[in-house]
Amino acid sequence: MSSGEITGFRVTRAGPLALLQDAGRFGVRHLGVTQGGPADLHGWAWANRLAGNDWGTPALEVTFGSIELRAECDLTMAVAGADLSARHNDQPLPLWRNLKVRKGDRIRFGMPVSGLRAYLAVAGGFSAKPVLGSVACVAREQLGGFDGQGRRLAEGDRLTVAEPDHVQTEPVETPEHERPDYAAPAILDLMPGAQIADFTGRSLYDAFNTEWRVDDRADRMGVRLLGPPLHCRIESMISEGISLGAVQVPPDGQPIALLNDRQTIGGYPRLGNLTPLAASRLAQCQPGQNVWLRPIGAERALRKHRHLLSESLAAGS
Amino acid sequence: MRHRGLPSLESAGIDGWMVRLFDTIEENNLLWLTALTHDCEVAFGEALVDLVPSYTTLLVIFDPLRISSWEAREKLSEVLANLVPDDAGGEGELHEIATWYDPGVGPDLARVAELSDMTVDAVIDTHSYQEYRVFALGFAPGFAFMGLLDDSLACPRLDTPRQKVPAGSVAVAGQQTAAYPAVTPGGWNLIGRTAARLFDRERDGFSLLKVGDRVRFVAVDRQTFEDEGGDPAPVEPAREEARS
Repeated sequence: MSSGEITGFRVTRAGPLALLQDAGRFGVRHLGVTQGGPADLHGWAWANRLAGNDWGTPALEVTFGSIELRAECDLTMAVAGADLSARHNDQPLPLWRNLKVRKGDRIRFGMPVSGLRAYLAVAGGFSAKPVLGSVACVAREQLGGFDGQGRRLAEGDRLTVAEPDHVQTEPVETPEHERPDYAAPAILDLMPGAQIADFTGRSLYDAFNTEWRVDDRADRMGVRLLGPPLHCRIESMISEGISLGAVQVPPDGQPIALLNDRQTIGGYPRLGNLTPLAASRLAQCQPGQNVWLRPIGAERALRKHRHLLSESLAAGS
Repeated sequence: MRHRGLPSLESAGIDGWMVRLFDTIEENNLLWLTALTHDCEVAFGEALVDLVPSYTTLLVIFDPLRISSWEAREKLSEVLANLVPDDAGGEGELHEIATWYDPGVGPDLARVAELSDMTVDAVIDTHSYQEYRVFALGFAPGFAFMGLLDDSLACPRLDTPRQKVPAGSVAVAGQQTAAYPAVTPGGWNLIGRTAARLFDRERDGFSLLKVGDRVRFVAVDRQTFEDEGGDPAPVEPAREEARS
């Protein structure tokens, strides 16, 4: 621990998956290093804003819940994203707003109620040594996280926090219309592109007029969708770079939307790209939930993205 | 040879364009791809986020808050209009990768020999004779796809991938060869092992191999391999789960 750092929390029970995430690891993708970063950019950005942090500050991505933390000092924090039955001592922990916790307080996440991933941000931000320019934790690549080796949290771990320059004392909360209903069927904006012209007419119709079901083969690398098989005239291609949200269709015809921890190159034909907001929304879908794909033009997609960033960047300072 | 309709620009989301230059894998593609990569770095400057070159394409990722996708498209059109192949820098750095070819650390040597109708020694000679180019990095940090392998050595991937391929494993699949930088699952045919550190977070540039580099595998004995820090532990038997 260096100066300006304090132990913010101690892990008293490790859940299945809690990962430190900043905005992601950039500038090294040509070396085969994946992007990482929050699977739900929207929830992560709001947690940071509510805690009074700048864009890119490391926050904890808690998937499925079942983790328990004990505050080691007085802190200001916020939880945004999924409802994982979070509790602050014996009370339900309010989502989408900042709150104060006292030394010794317990923060517990239980079972998912709606959504899959909650973001816990603390004023000042969690602190870890960046690896390849980022603290984004990618277990598969053994990069990032609190120890730099991509290790998952374990019982007894101490989570270091940078002392904030200023502490957000006013209560802040996310406006109602910015809080998604994760349990509702999701409509995912997809920018058509890549090999979309090589899919059959029937498959293009099916792609955008099917209630797709989220498969249980879903993780930070990608989410598989189940529905009518889509057919592309190209079966496989020479491998090429894969962008966040790319929707690829392997020979079995079941699309896979590729998320933050995807491999950097791949060789299946693609329908196009989910927008960052749509990829965020998909990352909150539980297996069995239904989603729709909806084509969106570049201009509108960019406008929505800039809106997300301006809302969550307008930090409460 | 350039195909009709190429080069092309394809949307890759709000913050990306796929630049497609070729539709076949040729060594000469690298002269154009390295030039394109360099020109994009200059043209995008601070607005650039990532460049992912691969066999025939370059994926360009930019910051959508600094530059819109139509502005990026204009920049790329201009870069393409003025693109000249990188004759000088396109040769790439030459790396010699000391490799211990042995059935213990390369348990598929016999399979490759059988499929290629060669002796094990001939497989080793053929693999280490040629100079390869790095066409792409992917799959894992520092994993370089190299080619093109002599036709006689081309053999398919394993039907069932291994759960754990040891770090440093030298492998072949189809017309490509690679060395695994870290322990990962993998379905390529293992023919040897190197002590070279292929990905090192403390090294400037991190990855030993970059797109466009040239690579030659040099056969060494066990002693040399171990002196260089190699781990001689044999690969655990593969496909156990398939048998049980």
